[in-house]
Amino acid sequence: MTDAALELRAVHKSFGRTPIINGVDLAVAKGERHAIIGPNGAGKSTLFNLVSGRFPLTSGHILLNGADVTGRPPQEINRRGLSRSFQITNIFPRLSVYENVRCGVLWSLGYRYSFWHRVGALPDVRARAEEIVERIGLAKRRDRPAGVLSYAEQRALEIGITIAGGADVILLDEPTAGMSHSETDDAVELIRTVTQGKTLVMVEHDMGVVFGLADRISVLVYGRVLASGTPEQIRGDAAVREAYLGTEVA
Amino acid sequence: MISPLLRRLLLWSGTAAAMALLPVVLHQGFALSMLCQMGIAIIFALSYNMLLGQSGMLSFGHAVYFGLAAFVCAHALNAIGAGRLHFPVTLLPLIGGCAGLCFGILLGYVTTRRSGTPFAMISLGIAEMVAASALMLPAFFGGEGGIATNRQVGQPWLGISYGPQIQVYYLIAAWCFLCMIAMFALTQTPLGRLANAVRDNPERARFVGYDPTRVRYEMLCLASFFAGIAGGLNTINYEIVTADTVGIVASGNVLIMAFVGGVGHFFGPILGAVLVSFLQSALSSYTQAWLLYFGLFFVVMILFAPGGIASLITLHGPVVRAGLLLDLLPGYALSASALVVPLAAFIALVEMTYRLESDTGPGGGLRLFHLQIDVSSVLPWVIAALVLVAGTALFVVSLRPLRHAWQSVHAELQARGAI
Repeated sequence: MTDAALELRAVHKSFGRTPIINGVDLAVAKGERHAIIGPNGAGKSTLFNLVSGRFPLTSGHILLNGADVTGRPPQEINRRGLSRSFQITNIFPRLSVYENVRCGVLWSLGYRYSFWHRVGALPDVRARAEEIVERIGLAKRRDRPAGVLSYAEQRALEIGITIAGGADVILLDEPTAGMSHSETDDAVELIRTVTQGKTLVMVEHDMGVVFGLADRISVLVYGRVLASGTPEQIRGDAAVREAYLGTEVA
Repeated sequence: MISPLLRRLLLWSGTAAAMALLPVVLHQGFALSMLCQMGIAIIFALSYNMLLGQSGMLSFGHAVYFGLAAFVCAHALNAIGAGRLHFPVTLLPLIGGCAGLCFGILLGYVTTRRSGTPFAMISLGIAEMVAASALMLPAFFGGEGGIATNRQVGQPWLGISYGPQIQVYYLIAAWCFLCMIAMFALTQTPLGRLANAVRDNPERARFVGYDPTRVRYEMLCLASFFAGIAGGLNTINYEIVTADTVGIVASGNVLIMAFVGGVGHFFGPILGAVLVSFLQSALSSYTQAWLLYFGLFFVVMILFAPGGIASLITLHGPVVRAGLLLDLLPGYALSASALVVPLAAFIALVEMTYRLESDTGPGGGLRLFHLQIDVSSVLPWVIAALVLVAGTALFVVSLRPLRHAWQSVHAELQARGAI
């Protein structure tokens, strides 16, 4: 599969002698919205940590847009076009909302470690950061320190930072966890619009969100992909029903 | 309403004017040398805050860059004096800056591999290492006597020979002003903002494309550059550099300046440098026990105003803008006057203890607050102790009206939506 945006080949990960990921093969096509579901402890978050470079692999390979990124540090994987969010909100609490987003913008626009540009006087940075703040619905909270936002707002900011760099592969780790129904609906709408034309991989527990958003679904159980397919195929898969879905989507 | 840009411009030009005019008022030898010391301390403390306040690096060894640059400048100045080097003394701090930068590139590569407590420990280790080598390498560090030098070298240019202290003051003031602007500008760059991000959450910075180690390293190199400029000015000002300059005490001193002033605001370390330099020169000429007072002052600041003087000032910002400061003043006046009582008793106890232990031996009289005190009799001790206890109680009670005033001001501000 050469047109895959993200490809995992025989990925293994053990913590000490405990295997967590037992040979995952997965290919996500460009522009696809792919959900990874599975029971607690199946290794979904670990898989994200491997793909984004947070943890080193025990064995196997990860390809991003056809290039091998196995063992590369997170910042390098990010620069190659993969950006992730975190299950536990992971923002810059003392910086303002706008500055949080701007931190996500700067590298991708080529300003890197510059100490000769005045950050407030960069029209491209400002335009992009303002646009993102607008899109995640936090324009009114623009200058508030991120640490004082409500939980749902921080989750939206988390997504904002993730998409700010314009990465074409987006990994979202439980973006609606802990949200109320109406907040979840807003979050789904937000995810749908900001990932337009991008490749999305997400871990999600809310089956309504999963079946509403995903083009394809992979079921992860005990560190293996039990099944992978369209929502209809997954819904109809007997093994999946038995192992995981139970009555939730029946 | 003044635009933020105009306000900033006014603030900077006001600072420049104040620095230019201060010697007109404070032209005596003592005051002028204190002003020189303050100017150097401001650059040093601001450079320290590039690490602590802006990048979250608690360094116990920042004087290494200051001190090593001071030594390099002393050697450079001697080379200029001997005719081996042609370089204007006015630009000597630039040599210091480059020396600081070089040592930052070298040593910072090791220290910034880690953050948090490991960084603090490694910085302490490096500081000890440099301090130890100061005694092992007498050719560079001059052994116990240090390296002496003479700033009056070459032909005076436009009458500037750096002989009179006032000329040195204006040299320091000019460099200080330039460095303040440069370091403030640095906070407004991508690197400066990312340093804040790395301070807040280094892991997240990795996932937006930045290597936190690289951010810390670059910030430390730049901070070392400014520390080096301060070191160069120190050489010109004192015309001698000793091993103390690179020592742990000097590193601790700059940490105290930054903390007392407030690490959370750009201008905090400026206030800290001014206040600490003042206390050090003024207190030490009044009393032997000045280090004890100084230490206590630091402890009290950390306990009750961990954000430093800067945070106390910004706390009152909304109050002043709302025109409510007058509501607080009576409370402050009351508490301040109540504080005088236990403070005086405490000072009396400390000074009496020092007199008891001093060379003149017990039985010597002590003049304090225009009173003649015989420290060998029991009565003054009992009185001082009683006044201390009663005064402390008085002070605690006197805080009540202040607390009430603050509560009502706070409620008023909230009602107006000012906070």
